[in-house]
Amino acid sequence: MNALVRNLTALRDWVDERFPLIQWWDDHLGKYYAPKNFNIWYYFGVLSIVVFAIQIVTGIWLVMNYKPDATMAFASVEYIMRDVDWGWLIRYLHSSGASAFFIVIYLHMFRALLYGSYKKPRELLWILGMLLYLSLMAEAFMGYLLPWGQMSFWGAQVIISLFGAIPVIGDGLSTLIRGDYVVSDITLNRFFSLHVIALPLALVGLVFLHIIALHEVGSNNPDGVEIKKHKDANGKPLDGIPFHPYYTVKDSAGIVVFLMLFSVVVFFAPEMGGYFLEANNFIPADSMKTPEHIAPVWYFTPFYSILRANTVNFLWLDAKVWGVTFMGLGVMVLFLLPWLDRSPVKSIRYRGWLYKIALMIFVISFVILGILGVLPVNDARTAVAQVCTVLYFLFFLLMPIYTKLDKTRPVPDRVTM
Amino acid sequence: MCRLFAALLVGLFAPLVLANTEELKLQNANVDLSNRASLQHGAKLFINYCVSCHSASFMRYNRIAADLGIPEDKMKQNLMFTTDKIGETMTVVMRPEDAQSWFGIAPPDLSVVARSRGPDWLYSFLQGFYADEKRPTGVNNLYFPSTAMPHVLWELQGVKRPVYHTVTDDMGKEVQAIAHLEDGVPGRLSEAEFKMAVRDLVNFLVYLGEPAKLVRYKIGVAVLLFLSLLWVVMYLLKREYWKDVH
Repeated sequence: MNALVRNLTALRDWVDERFPLIQWWDDHLGKYYAPKNFNIWYYFGVLSIVVFAIQIVTGIWLVMNYKPDATMAFASVEYIMRDVDWGWLIRYLHSSGASAFFIVIYLHMFRALLYGSYKKPRELLWILGMLLYLSLMAEAFMGYLLPWGQMSFWGAQVIISLFGAIPVIGDGLSTLIRGDYVVSDITLNRFFSLHVIALPLALVGLVFLHIIALHEVGSNNPDGVEIKKHKDANGKPLDGIPFHPYYTVKDSAGIVVFLMLFSVVVFFAPEMGGYFLEANNFIPADSMKTPEHIAPVWYFTPFYSILRANTVNFLWLDAKVWGVTFMGLGVMVLFLLPWLDRSPVKSIRYRGWLYKIALMIFVISFVILGILGVLPVNDARTAVAQVCTVLYFLFFLLMPIYTKLDKTRPVPDRVTM
Repeated sequence: MCRLFAALLVGLFAPLVLANTEELKLQNANVDLSNRASLQHGAKLFINYCVSCHSASFMRYNRIAADLGIPEDKMKQNLMFTTDKIGETMTVVMRPEDAQSWFGIAPPDLSVVARSRGPDWLYSFLQGFYADEKRPTGVNNLYFPSTAMPHVLWELQGVKRPVYHTVTDDMGKEVQAIAHLEDGVPGRLSEAEFKMAVRDLVNFLVYLGEPAKLVRYKIGVAVLLFLSLLWVVMYLLKREYWKDVH
C-alpha cells in the first residue's frame, strides 16, 4: 500500500514538473472558492455538464450503428432499437437526453434571471452561455433530422424554408443549407456531419470558455453578494468554501436525484406522451405526404409561436418576414440582458415588486407561447400568442426603465444562509 | 373585458370540443404485455392474417420465438411461411408493384405501426369494417374511411352492416350518417371472442413496435432502487462534509 502511494505521488510529481497539474486542480477545484449559500437553483450548471456527457457517450455508441443514408436511416434506428445489445437503452438515453438538456439549460438561465448572474462582472460569462444555448439549438435541430421519420423530415423542411423568407438572399440561403432544393439525402448527410462533429466541438470549446470565465470572476449566489470583498488573512473569501470537496459531494447527491428523474422518463415514458418522441416520427420520411399538423419539438415552441403570431403584412414586407425577424430577435435580445438591466442590485431577494412582476409576466408568457407552439393555430390562439409575444418583448424593452424605477432593498454585506 | 376573456378561452379549446363530437371515439384496447398467452395468440393471428400483405421488416422470427417462449422448431413449422431461416426478418412475398396495382397502395410495414397509430386506434380500426358496395373491396371502415385494406378478419368477425340516421351538419343541412353497426353475415367467433382476438393481435403489435418494452420496466425498477440507495450514501456523505459549514 505504502509503495503504491509512494509511486503514485512520484508519478504526480513527475507530471507536475512538466504540466501545471496541481495548479489546475487548485484553480478549478481544490482552491476554487464558491459561495457557501448556493440553493437548489445552483445544481443546473453541473447537471447540464452531466447531460452533455450522457449525450456524448451515448452519441458515440449510436454512431457505431446508425447509417446517415436516406434509404437506410429509419431502418438503422429500428436496428439499434431491436438488434443492437442495449441499443434501445442507448437510444432512449440520447433522445430523452436532448429534452433533459433543454430543461436544465432553461432552468439554469432562469437562475441567472432570478439572481442577476449576468450583471457586471459576469457579462462575458452570460454571452458565452448564450452562444452555448444557440449552438445547442442548432445541435438539437440537426439531430432531430437523423431518425428520418415524418416529423424529422417535415420539421426540417418547415424550419429551413423559414430562411427563404429573408428578402433577396432567402431562397439561395435555404438551398445552401439543404444542399438541395428539398430536404434530401444530401441534407441528411451534412446534418449528420454537423451534429456529430462540428457542433459538439463548438459546444466543448464553449463549455471550456464558460467555465474559465466563471472561475475568473467567481460564482454569483442567491444574495448577489460578491464574496471576494471579504477575505481572511490568507486571502480566502470568508463566505467561500472550496469547490472540492464541499460542492463535489453536494452536487453528487443532486446528480443522483436528477438521474432518478431522468430514469423515470427513460425507462417508463421515453415518448413522454409524444412530446419527447413524436408518434408521427415512427412513420418513415415521405416527401410526397405532408402530415396534417407539423410542430417542432417542445423546446423550440415558444419561438415558433412568436413566428406564427406575426400575421400582418407591414411596410411592404410579408408577415412571414416579420415572423422570422421577431423569432430571431426573440433569441438575440437575451444577449443584451446585462446592459438592459439598470438595477443597482443583482438578486431578486433585494429587488422591488416591479422586477418581480415583470419576471413573472415574462415566465408566464414564455410558457404560454411554448404551449401554443405545439397546438394547431386558430384565431383565438393567435390572439393570445400575439399578446404573449408583445409581453415577451416588453420585458426586455422596458427593462431599463422599470429596473431603474424599482425600489430596491439594501443588500447585506455578507451572504445569508 | 371579462366577456372577451371568456370568448378567448372558448376559442382556445374549441377544436378539442368539436373533435370530440365529430370524430368517433376510439375504443380502449387495454392491452397487457405481461400476458404471454395473449401475445402468442396475437403472433399466430398476425402471421396468418397480416404477413401475407404487410411486412414487419425490422423484426426477426427468432427474436419473437425467444421473447414469447415459442420453441424454434414449433416456430418454423407453424409460424414461418415466407422463409425457412429463423434469423430472417418478417418480409412479404408480394412485390410492391403488384400491391400497387391490386390495392392502389403498397401495404405499409407494420413493425412500428403501434407506435405511430397507437393501440387504441388499431383496436378500433380492426373492428370498424362494415359492408359498403361502393368500395372495390366491398367494405369500408368507420375509423379509416375509404381504406384500401379489405376486411381480412371477416371469416372471424363476419360482415357488419351500417345503420344510418339523419343528422344536421355545421351548415344546417340534413345528412345521413352512420349511427352504429349491426350484425350482417355471422362470423366464426362471437362478438366477445372476436374482441379478445383483436385485443391479442393488438397486444402483439404493441410488442412488435418495441420488443424492449418487455424488459424496460423491470430494468427501470432495478435502476431506481440502485439510485435510491446511492442517494442515501451521497446524502450522508454530503452531511458529513458540510458539518463545519455555518
